[in-house]
Amino acid sequence: MNFSLTDEQSALKETLIKFIDRDYGFEQRWAVLRTDEGWSRTRWNQLAEIGVMALPVAEADGGLGGAGVDTMIVMEQLGRGLVLEPYVGCCLLPAALLTRGATDMERAGLLERIASGETLAAFAHTDAGRRYERHSTGTAASFVNGGFVLNGKKVVVLGGDCAEQLLVSANVGGDGASLFLVAANATGVKRLAYPMQDAQRGADIEFSNARATLLGPQGGAQPAIDYALDVACAALCAEAVGAMIELHKITVEYLKTRKQFGRPIGMNQALQHRAVDMLMHVEMSRSMALDAAMAVSENNAAARAKTISAAKVLVGQACRFVGQNAVQLHGGIGVTHELNVSHYFKRLTMIAATFGDTDWHLARYSDSLLVA
Amino acid sequence: MDLRYSPEQQAFSTDVRSFTRAHLDPKVAKKVLEGARLEREDYLGWHRSLHKKGWVGVGWPTSYGGTGWDATHQHIFDEVTADEGAPILIPFGLRMVAPVIMNFGNQAQKDFHLPKILSGEHWWCQGYSEPGSGSDLSSLKMKAERSSDGTHYIVNGQKTWTTLGQHADWIFCLVRTSNEGRQQEGISFLLIDMKTPGITVRPIIMLDQEHEVNEVWFDNVKVPATNLVGEENKGWTYAKFLLSHERNGIAGVGRCKRIVKRLHHVAQQAYSNGRPLIEDARFRDKIAQAEIDLRALEITLLRVLDAEREKHAPGPEASLLKIKGSEIQQTLTELTMMAAGPAALPYVREGDNGAPDVPWLSDEAYRYASGHYFNFRKTTIYGGSNEIQRNIVTQLVLGL
Ligand SMILES: Cc1cc2nc3c(=O)[nH]c(=O)nc-3n(C[C@H](O)[C@H](O)[C@H](O)COP(=O)(O)OP(=O)(O)OC[C@H]3O[C@@H](n4cnc5c(N)ncnc54)[C@H](O)[C@@H]3O)c2cc1C
Repeated sequence: MNFSLTDEQSALKETLIKFIDRDYGFEQRWAVLRTDEGWSRTRWNQLAEIGVMALPVAEADGGLGGAGVDTMIVMEQLGRGLVLEPYVGCCLLPAALLTRGATDMERAGLLERIASGETLAAFAHTDAGRRYERHSTGTAASFVNGGFVLNGKKVVVLGGDCAEQLLVSANVGGDGASLFLVAANATGVKRLAYPMQDAQRGADIEFSNARATLLGPQGGAQPAIDYALDVACAALCAEAVGAMIELHKITVEYLKTRKQFGRPIGMNQALQHRAVDMLMHVEMSRSMALDAAMAVSENNAAARAKTISAAKVLVGQACRFVGQNAVQLHGGIGVTHELNVSHYFKRLTMIAATFGDTDWHLARYSDSLLVA
Repeated sequence: MDLRYSPEQQAFSTDVRSFTRAHLDPKVAKKVLEGARLEREDYLGWHRSLHKKGWVGVGWPTSYGGTGWDATHQHIFDEVTADEGAPILIPFGLRMVAPVIMNFGNQAQKDFHLPKILSGEHWWCQGYSEPGSGSDLSSLKMKAERSSDGTHYIVNGQKTWTTLGQHADWIFCLVRTSNEGRQQEGISFLLIDMKTPGITVRPIIMLDQEHEVNEVWFDNVKVPATNLVGEENKGWTYAKFLLSHERNGIAGVGRCKRIVKRLHHVAQQAYSNGRPLIEDARFRDKIAQAEIDLRALEITLLRVLDAEREKHAPGPEASLLKIKGSEIQQTLTELTMMAAGPAALPYVREGDNGAPDVPWLSDEAYRYASGHYFNFRKTTIYGGSNEIQRNIVTQLVLGL
């Protein structure tokens, strides 16, 4: 057992703490939020310079070959700062997908450009009308005139608003899932971009006979998809931890400063105990985010899935409890758009609903007990 | 003992339903059923239809033009109109300031204000809370000083969280007229015309990014002394009286039933692992549980209302209704958001670029699901937070 960070990891953490403190204050975030794009290329490039984009890419592919713990360190800080730049959607998730789902040849240049922050990619996976299924069933790929064309509609594609390259899950006939690469500006690709409830960005993307390049084995993409979504879930757990630590801190501070009935509201035992319960959720989440971060490199896919689902369940429940109660303990000011409390609350709510909600992961964990 | 509606009550229910279907603007009903934001006119159109029918003074005595309905009829009215998608009747005039005027106002105030509240000519808002005075309301500071000739008050200070104050013609305020004695003792109850010079209304944007509440600033606002209700420095008594009259509708049973219906709809539309979500027992159990809680709340509400009819003094059991009702409302909006799954993530409002031609998003069942959930976090905060309600029960019911 060893819970300590390596020197390199500590340095990474320090750098990111500084980045958030210096460049990602509440006012600075607001300024970014109000732009048309909703996030900042300058901040993106700063993150790339720190090496954050290169972390999830193997050294052989031109990256830094970071491990799950490195991603955890990054995500905790991005969560603390409520960072708007589409790191999970446009870097981490596509990088994981390409690493497992494409051959060396297919991914060579693209992964390198993702690692440098130069290219933004996104994973278009959820079919219209579906919830959290990992098997894509609604999008079809067919072989026409010597190449594949895609037809179907993907929704709520994280980072789909700005990605230049789209990785798309689709079925060729009755085969299992295959992975395709499509340029976002290709003919036959139509996208509707929008902000999310938590101010991150996404898009619905429609493919009508869009030319696409098959990546990896036809019908054999499911393991890569499962891996990549698990990586993303582990990252979201860490992001939630960072956000919850900060939100809990803000709330405890408020309990000490807000006065009603002639004394700080934090003198009321009902609120003290609530704050303690919030802390317990935060601490349990930290542990599970760590477990999930380690599980990313687990070779046994079933074991990995089980651990990561366990983390997503526990963290999802914590997101809900900590978020709701932070708002509640702030009273009226907690439900305003002006204060960052509601922004944390919304981000936490959305994390819990992304890549499988608490029930979905509980079911995945629970079903694994039957098999065992 | 009989928990079923009598034939007469069933006939009333049918009447209310056919009236609502005939007179409620379908566009408004659609908005309400989807959980979309309503405009001033959306509320007022329905208010006026009810006024014409003589159904707007729910809970008012007939001598003032009220319906004279008993508790069960009021409940049926609430349930049926909510089910049909009717907007709520804004309570600030009808249910809050009107009973205060009826009980403590003078004849001139009654003659002037009550008909205009009933007709909807005057939209009222509630000026109680201040930035420093929320739960501890009686610490409020907004000052009202008598002019030297005694004909006016000069009001200075700030109110906040004023719901729909942007639409209001009048505001009823608790103001400080004395600093002597306990903090409850120097408070007075003033009626203020929102057009009076010196009043500024500033929007507060809520977490769902909607404009629902406001700050209202008072800078040397001259209010005729005739706008004082009852006696000077007795305002706290009237305020407490008002709170005890807020109980009706506070549990939101009608509204909850409507949300349950929508939840069923969403759970049937949303597909999970290739089947409608409603077929997933893990999720269906949650709906079942919420329905069971709601049934218990409804019967409890009817018991409380019935006890009031029997002339038991209205008691702190209203706090239990408020706590349970707000919690159930929150559970139901949360379940609706959960049912929508990833479709709850986008923030797309009506009229936004491109929204109408996106079949996935334009499904009314999903579009407002998360905004609605976020917005309803307010229900455990306003009207006396649930912590404060629990304090009340602790002290007044349990004697601890
Ligand atoms: C959407 C919305 C609409 C509103 N509309 C109106 C309106 O139209 N007119 C109006 O006058 N007001 C309105 N309010 C104000 C509302 O009544 C107050 O928000 C409420 O009384 C709480 O006050 P506060 O926000 O100052 O929170 P605070 O009183 O500061 O409370 C903060 C937290 O401390 C807790 N707390 C405080 N004291 C205690 C205690 N003794 N024991 C345990 N816990 C305690 C509270 O429960 C809360 O969790 C509205 C509020 C909201 C959110």
